Amino acid sequence: MHLIWLIPLLPAFGALVNGVVGVRYFSKRTAGLLACATMAGALALSLYAFFELLTLGPEAREYVVRPLTWISALPLQLKDGSIGSFSIPWGFRLDPLSAMMILVVTGIGFLIHVYSVGYMHGESRGAYARFFAYLNLFVFFMLMLVLGDNFVVMFVGWEGVGLCSYLLIGYYYEKKSASDAGKKAFIVNRIGDWGFIIGMFLIFSVFGTLDFREVANAAGSMPVESAGFGTLSVITLLLFVGATGKSAQIPLYVWLPDAMEGPTPVSALIHAATMVTAGVYMVGRNAVLFSHSPETMQIVAIVGVATAFVAATIGLVQNDIKRVLAYSTVSQLGFMFLAMGVGAYAAGAFHLMTHAFFKALLFLCSGSVIHAMAGQQDMRHMGGLKKHLPVTYVTMLIGTLAIAGIPPLSGFFSKDEILFRAFQSNKIIWGVAVVTALMTAFYMFRLMSMTFFGTYRGPAFAGAGGHGHADTGHGHASAGHGAAATGHGEWHGPHESPKSMTIPLLVLAVGAIVAGLVGVPAALNGSNDIEHFLHPSFSVSAVGGTHEGASAELAEAPEGSEGGSKGAALSGFAHASRPKAAASSASAPATESEGIAAGKLAAAASHEAVPAEGGEAGSHASWAVEIGLMLLSVLVGITGMLVAYRFYVRTPEIADRLAQRWAGAHRVLSNKYYVDELYDATAIAGTMASARGLWVFDAKVVDGAVNGSGWLTLFSSWFSHVIDKYVVDGLVNFVGAVLEEGSFVFRRLQTGLIQNYALVMLFGVFAFVSIYLMSR
Amino acid sequence: MITQTHFLVLSAALFMLGVVGVMTRRNIIIILMSMELMLNAVNINLIAFSRQLGDVTGQVFAVFVICVAAAEAAVGLGIILAFYRNKETINIDEMNLMRW
Repeated sequence: MHLIWLIPLLPAFGALVNGVVGVRYFSKRTAGLLACATMAGALALSLYAFFELLTLGPEAREYVVRPLTWISALPLQLKDGSIGSFSIPWGFRLDPLSAMMILVVTGIGFLIHVYSVGYMHGESRGAYARFFAYLNLFVFFMLMLVLGDNFVVMFVGWEGVGLCSYLLIGYYYEKKSASDAGKKAFIVNRIGDWGFIIGMFLIFSVFGTLDFREVANAAGSMPVESAGFGTLSVITLLLFVGATGKSAQIPLYVWLPDAMEGPTPVSALIHAATMVTAGVYMVGRNAVLFSHSPETMQIVAIVGVATAFVAATIGLVQNDIKRVLAYSTVSQLGFMFLAMGVGAYAAGAFHLMTHAFFKALLFLCSGSVIHAMAGQQDMRHMGGLKKHLPVTYVTMLIGTLAIAGIPPLSGFFSKDEILFRAFQSNKIIWGVAVVTALMTAFYMFRLMSMTFFGTYRGPAFAGAGGHGHADTGHGHASAGHGAAATGHGEWHGPHESPKSMTIPLLVLAVGAIVAGLVGVPAALNGSNDIEHFLHPSFSVSAVGGTHEGASAELAEAPEGSEGGSKGAALSGFAHASRPKAAASSASAPATESEGIAAGKLAAAASHEAVPAEGGEAGSHASWAVEIGLMLLSVLVGITGMLVAYRFYVRTPEIADRLAQRWAGAHRVLSNKYYVDELYDATAIAGTMASARGLWVFDAKVVDGAVNGSGWLTLFSSWFSHVIDKYVVDGLVNFVGAVLEEGSFVFRRLQTGLIQNYALVMLFGVFAFVSIYLMSR
Repeated sequence: MITQTHFLVLSAALFMLGVVGVMTRRNIIIILMSMELMLNAVNINLIAFSRQLGDVTGQVFAVFVICVAAAEAAVGLGIILAFYRNKETINIDEMNLMRW
């Protein structure tokens, strides 16, 4: 298990080799094989590490490896004035949450790699290796993200997946829309990263460490900030800003639908299994912090449910098969945040896992459909593909049933758990979530109906000749698929995908069916294993679990407070609530992690505590409620599906009629609430305007100052030139001129005639003598 | 009887003749001669006062003046000769080399 640092390094190795050597020299076969082999290695190591982890005691399942130091200790001042030591190791931490994540990432990542081998076959050799290099690099960063034992290593992965999403979404970089979408994803993510990094600074400033466990322990000993916004609330809000960026929540969800410009395996990898779950994972990783700031939790829950609702409504009217799935992803991520927000961290993580299975499955199926239709993504030009794509049809149906929440498929258990916990915490949020679940079932079945049911609406192809001959047509398509699958042959009509694509679909379909079984709730006589498994990751516990009892008390304490006095000191409650806490954890495992929510909502706490006190009767009532809610959600799922079937298969006119009757609403939804336009008009226009303003400032003021100083120099030199020429020289010339002009007068005297001089002399003598004589 | 006044009048008359000669004549020889006239007028004046005062200093001075006048005449004639050789004229109006 001390080799867990190898898990991310294997894909990194693949990315390096494929990226540096492969793009030049590797054949497609070598490049694909290398990428898949590194992923298989990572998957094997992850499985090994997971089972090693299982051999440990439930509360001791934590393993930290720090092979290298990254930043050696730097003295930095903390908030309280003391000097903290800022040191960051390359630390990897395996605990139940990260174990689940690495299994999801490597497992689904591996299947997507295998799928890509078939799907990307039409690419040229260099582009093929480049694709796998990016894909491997992406998995490497994602594994860094989930395995990092401190915020900074997590941030490395966090930024890395952002970079790789940019590379992968913009993979078809010659296409303007694709490169734009890549840039959009990158820039929108930067906004979220801003929040994350500020939150990180604040965490270090407050706690003096960035290690997850130390931060959680330190935060666990702080009082719950139920009265208002405290430091923890600010930290968690900033972290949540980061999460909204990565996990495509309101208001930063706009990048995800555009990201469908990337190849379909990329959509499956980024938008189902990995990157978008990073935000959910991060909230779960900091569950203790979030538990201590109920205000933030409230915001998280509201943002989550609002995102789920808004995205689902947009998904109702989209015609691009991948965009429907994109909005569905945003919507499901909203569900996860809703779960996080009501304190049901395990339920959120559970949904993350099941969603990774069925959404990856759905994306890959849509990729298979697009492959079959030779690049066509518009569902209005599909239909009736059930006969042509039997494997894809069956697997996609399984995915749809799973996401719609039909038991016993995986989506049912996770979504139902979230709905149940939402019901306990806030009825309004629950109501919105149920409506969203209805819409989920509807738009997913609409997708199925438009794609696989009804009549074929695509371009005509040889060998089909109408649906009367569908069987022969199908046979022909199957026979011809060997040529078509290479992407070079002529299009022979819809055809099933090659084995490298269908096998991952089948594996994922199995996963989508059984993944939920690890979380069968107690109400159905299940043991909800995953919740118990994940619980240690969300609570305060000393390493090794020796202080488990104490930490459990700490976590459970506010539950006993019955809402009224939850703001008081924790230690008092820990004593008072011990018997109650024990009772509630025995009666319903669900309440155990409710304790982590730590006084999330007054209503929830009192709601929970009263039945718990009532003992058997109380738990029975809760059981009845849970079963009732389950039935309701199943009913909602089936209703949505039937309505969609009726609208789009039985009588397709209904959908058109509805669209016409509610033309305004339909237009708003089709245009995605004009959110992109709004951002264009506000944020982007504002940025552009300020940039233009700064440009003008630069051109006029900064350059003006430079030019002005130049002009001033010119002017002053001209001025001194003038002074020199006219004043200094003028003075000299004036003296000369005066002397010259004066000499004209005086030189008259100098006649040069000796007699004149003598005459003057005579007159002089005469004058002097006269004066002498006169004055005597 | 010849009185002191007579000597002085003669002296003054001679001096004025010399002055007028220097002022008005253009021939440099004449001017030189007029200057001799003025010098001799001065000599008469000196000797007249010497006789009246009974002091021989005036007479000694007159002898000195005669010596100087002789030397002056020699130098002046030498200059005139040199000038004449160059310009072939003795008209004083032509002697304007030092003029601006």
